[in-house]
Amino acid sequence: MGEFPVLLTILLAPVAAALIMAFLPREEKLLIKCVAAAGTFTSMALAFYTYFTYDTGTGGVQFVQQIPWIKDLGVTFYLGVDGVSLPLMLLISILGFSAVFASWNVDHRPRDFFILLCLLITGVMGTFVTQDLFIFLLFYEMVVIPIYILIIIWGSTKRVTKEYAGMKLTIYLLIGSAFLLVGVVALFMKTAGILGAPDMSFAGLARAAKSLSQFDQIWMFAVMLFGFGSLISMWPFHSWSPDGYAGAPTAVSMIHAGVLKKIGGYGLIRIALYVLPVGAQFWAPVMAFLGVCGVVYAAMAALAQKDLKYIVGYSSVSHMGYVMLAVGSLSVIGLNGAIAYMFAHGIMAALFFSMIGFIYEKTHTRWVPDLGGLHRQIPKISAGFMLAALATLGLPGLISFIPEFTIFIAAFNKYGGLAVAAIAGVIVTALYALRAGAYALFGPPREEYDHLQDIKGPELVPLVVLGTVLVVGGLLPSLLFNVINCGTIPLMAEINAALQIGGKF
Amino acid sequence: MQIPVVKLIDPVTMLSIGPAHYVILSAVLFCIGLFGVLAKRNAIMVLICIELMLNAVNINLVAFSKYVTPADFIGQIFAIFVITVAAAEVGLGLAIIIAIYRNKVSVNLDDFDLLKW
Amino acid sequence: MVEYAMNHAWLIPLLPTLAFVAIIFLTRPWPLLSALIAVGAMLTSCFFATFTAIGVFTSPELTEKPLVYAVNWFNMPGMEINVGILLDPVSAMMMFMVTLVGSLIFIYAIGYMQDDPGYSVFFSYVSLFAAFMLLLVASSSLVEMFVGWEGVGLCSYLLIGFYQHKISAREAAKKAFITCRVADFGLLLGMLLLFWNFGTLDFAALAEKIPHFQQYNVSAATLALIAFLVFCGPIGKSGQFPLHVWLPDAMEGPTPVSALIHAATMVVAGVYLVARVMFLFHEVPSVMQLVAVTGGFTALFAATIAVTQREIKRILAYSTISQIGYMMLALGVGSLTAGMFHLWTHAFFKALLFLGAGSVLVALHHKADVWEMGGLLKKMPITGWTFLVGCIAIAGIPPFAGFWSKDEILLATLESGHYVLFAMAAFTAFLTAFYMFRLFFLAFTGAENPANHPKESPWVMTVPLIFLAIFSLVGGWVGTPWANVWSEWIFFGHPHHGEPNYMVMIGSVVLAGLGIYLAYYFYCADREKVKVRELARRYQGIYTLLYNKYYIDEIYLWLNHTLVDGAAKIFYLFDIYVVDGIIVNGVAAITGLFGEGLRVTATGRLQNYALVFFLGVLAVFVVLAFTSPLLAGPIWGGVR
Repeated sequence: MGEFPVLLTILLAPVAAALIMAFLPREEKLLIKCVAAAGTFTSMALAFYTYFTYDTGTGGVQFVQQIPWIKDLGVTFYLGVDGVSLPLMLLISILGFSAVFASWNVDHRPRDFFILLCLLITGVMGTFVTQDLFIFLLFYEMVVIPIYILIIIWGSTKRVTKEYAGMKLTIYLLIGSAFLLVGVVALFMKTAGILGAPDMSFAGLARAAKSLSQFDQIWMFAVMLFGFGSLISMWPFHSWSPDGYAGAPTAVSMIHAGVLKKIGGYGLIRIALYVLPVGAQFWAPVMAFLGVCGVVYAAMAALAQKDLKYIVGYSSVSHMGYVMLAVGSLSVIGLNGAIAYMFAHGIMAALFFSMIGFIYEKTHTRWVPDLGGLHRQIPKISAGFMLAALATLGLPGLISFIPEFTIFIAAFNKYGGLAVAAIAGVIVTALYALRAGAYALFGPPREEYDHLQDIKGPELVPLVVLGTVLVVGGLLPSLLFNVINCGTIPLMAEINAALQIGGKF
Repeated sequence: MQIPVVKLIDPVTMLSIGPAHYVILSAVLFCIGLFGVLAKRNAIMVLICIELMLNAVNINLVAFSKYVTPADFIGQIFAIFVITVAAAEVGLGLAIIIAIYRNKVSVNLDDFDLLKW
Repeated sequence: MVEYAMNHAWLIPLLPTLAFVAIIFLTRPWPLLSALIAVGAMLTSCFFATFTAIGVFTSPELTEKPLVYAVNWFNMPGMEINVGILLDPVSAMMMFMVTLVGSLIFIYAIGYMQDDPGYSVFFSYVSLFAAFMLLLVASSSLVEMFVGWEGVGLCSYLLIGFYQHKISAREAAKKAFITCRVADFGLLLGMLLLFWNFGTLDFAALAEKIPHFQQYNVSAATLALIAFLVFCGPIGKSGQFPLHVWLPDAMEGPTPVSALIHAATMVVAGVYLVARVMFLFHEVPSVMQLVAVTGGFTALFAATIAVTQREIKRILAYSTISQIGYMMLALGVGSLTAGMFHLWTHAFFKALLFLGAGSVLVALHHKADVWEMGGLLKKMPITGWTFLVGCIAIAGIPPFAGFWSKDEILLATLESGHYVLFAMAAFTAFLTAFYMFRLFFLAFTGAENPANHPKESPWVMTVPLIFLAIFSLVGGWVGTPWANVWSEWIFFGHPHHGEPNYMVMIGSVVLAGLGIYLAYYFYCADREKVKVRELARRYQGIYTLLYNKYYIDEIYLWLNHTLVDGAAKIFYLFDIYVVDGIIVNGVAAITGLFGEGLRVTATGRLQNYALVFFLGVLAVFVVLAFTSPLLAGPIWGGVR
């Protein structure tokens, strides 16, 4: 089994599904959906297999596969996962599978929709399974295009038009990636000079970057921070996120809020922190401060929303603030918390968006005052919605609590008072999450929704899959942390070592 | 570029015409063509002027081929290619002009601002 | 069996969890089966808890060093969190009490929830509640306890909002959760500070470390801050002033819920928490003082409100707040023994009172105003008489349970030298007797309301009442001043109980008697209640203030709607108009303006483009001719 290219299969299964779909007649809607489901299921099953066979005793990068690609640039098609990327890879595979079922009722050009969705999933997956910076960027750019098309064709127009939303999101991401590219190119040029031979792998870059000057590290980190920060919707570069989610179709919102954002956090940890520790140390307080601003600001803004998707959109901005705070704490506990929280948030945001998607599909509105009393008519959706809302407010026993708690500990150790403001965000979060639930689901049932059908059959898949992960992850956090530890402990050791040398500059 | 020193075979040509003449002729022709392309209002005239420019290039090619690499016919071959492409281009250009003429009943370039804004 | 139970104490929280899962996923369509599963699980838990309690109460060494079964939950460098079961007399008593009262209330609910469409769901929720409550009680670390703590909060939320179609229920549920959340913010901060300073959250480890806090470079001020923050949690969860507002509203839930969650178990979790971390509070007298004052003030404060309320369950709710205030007072003056004792007795008589109220509500089709009741004693004898037992117990008449525990508290307060608090507590005792008997006389005696057609409840509801009445009588006998078994097991530091103080005893009985007599005078002897109406008219201002609960709810509502929502609105508008409007769309607009400006160059005339192209080539050529050494030489040379 050691020879079986498991990561490659995980990566290519959705592509294979997309190819098959491309040759299917467009009328075979059910068949198309089944192919998409099969592709993403293969991916998910193998991702679970990878996750649980990853040897936590050995740690490090495992399931390695290297195919030399562009020798002159030192680019290798280098696949491999470690404790940092493994949870996120698992996350996208779970969300991909759920997203297919959350869009089971797409009737407008379903073939094109699912092809693009599969490509999107592959793109996101690619960023997590690679250990090469060039491949990372390649997959990242590959993500943007399907997203744009998915939003402008299958999106919905509310406060802003779907074209505006799609445009805003895409342009924001591209601006971010442009900055990123500047940083990466500069990094590459400088390190190639140091190493003698070009090397684009994370490890190689990190090795070479140790001899960069402090100034270089700092400005490169700043550029990358902007790039990754706008991707993770760091305050104040967040405003694409609520609009984008509101405009996007359900599956895209799920994947976008669930994992695409996490590419920012992942990149920040995997690339910026790992390669440029001195820069990271310089910018850490800024990251933490912006994180706290994001937490409080977005939570307050979410409180004023009436559109369910906007509530969750702002809420995800707020939650990413915790991740920034955790990364800013520059400690093993903080990084553990950040990664675990990204995983947790992915699951709960996806569940939230899928349930909102179903509500919208059935009632044709997301406007909270127009809803109410839905728990009678559509109890399963309501249960899923409440589950997501409770996870959002960090209820112990669900997946989000322990990561949140670790983040608080790390942030509190390092920043004290600043962290208190972030922790206070928990109260506001409870307020908006419960209000959304209360006004949309509870209260006297409305007659016009009496005919609604609750989710059944394939529509139940997102609820079951995500709900299970939500609860199991909450009860057994060690499942997450045992793996994450394997990634963060060596990472932090490297960073600390670099910082001690860096002190001499 | 230094004008290459060449061994002249034919005494008649040696008397009057050197490479400089060809280059000047070609330059004059090119400028006339260019002026026509930029200034003429009639689309047909513009096409003709483009032909002039191409032919100026051809003269240049042949002349340099003759003086620089007399052994092989690179310039001549290239010029023949240009003539072929020019023929095709004129055919295409005239077809477009006819198509536009049918729509606008004009071959005045000032009337053709479909690309505006 | 005892050994087995103690080794398998983790089964006690697990069984209700399994019941919850089974009901939700399997037996939801069959209500009675669901109820049986829930009750069965609870009774089995009770069985285990009983044997565990026997085991604990026969091993005196556990009072010194609790028995801990723990496993690692998750760990990372610098952070190791264990979960497990901690067995000592306090937790064993709590487990026994929760499972016992829980079982009785579950059985009662079989009858009370009859014909409710959400029958199965109700039993699943209460099972989940029991699971979390037992987890909270049995937990060996603060994190684990926090899980239980929030879990019971969740179940409370779900059960208060059980009649979700009612807007009032929905709002009450939300209010309960959010109020507790505000309080838990403090608790969470306290936990973080504890972890930061001591590097662990296990109770056993903390208990060893905190008394020597100076060794860990922790200042007394920090410790006081920690204790204060930790105490925030109990203020919310146990409905202490100023976060008591959610508890009366929580009565929107079904009555068994009010009895189980909002009287006997969940709301005393705060008391339990304070007792559990007594080693922390013990080190900071200032915060102890705060606990005592909060408790004493809340007791009096809630009692005054209860005097004027009209809804039967609301009166009981304020009474609960007041009684928990007593417990806090006891803990605050340093007597864990008295506080836990009152918790124990209170669980029985308050559950009894709530269940009795529930029985009345069922008979009267949920008409809750006590002024519209009357003469129920004849029609509902079992409910009535057991209710009377509850009233006597809470009023503090010997030999009923409430007397002994209240006496302990008064004695402890007096011994610690808090004379003002003692006076407040004593006055509260008088008020308690008064408002409880006001309730009793109004509802159960006097003329019958012809609009009502009450009927005694079925046996499934009355049997638990009888059981609870028995416990309300005998429950206090474990802690009489003459044979105080209680204080030998449940204490902090050293077992201690004061000498029987007959003055206090007699005084409290007299006060209670006075309260009862006044209630009798106003509400029973005076058939038309003329005097009391006259009294209310004369002191209109005070009456209105009390009836409206000092307008605290209104203040919070105003704060919430004006400040919080206003701020939210400002943030949102800022986001739309400044961050998004000016910055983001501004950048886009500037880009757009550039485009707009450059648009005029696109004339659409090919000749213009060609001209520009030509000029461009020319310019490049000229520049190169002047600058490039590669080109300049040949060109100039050529020209020359």
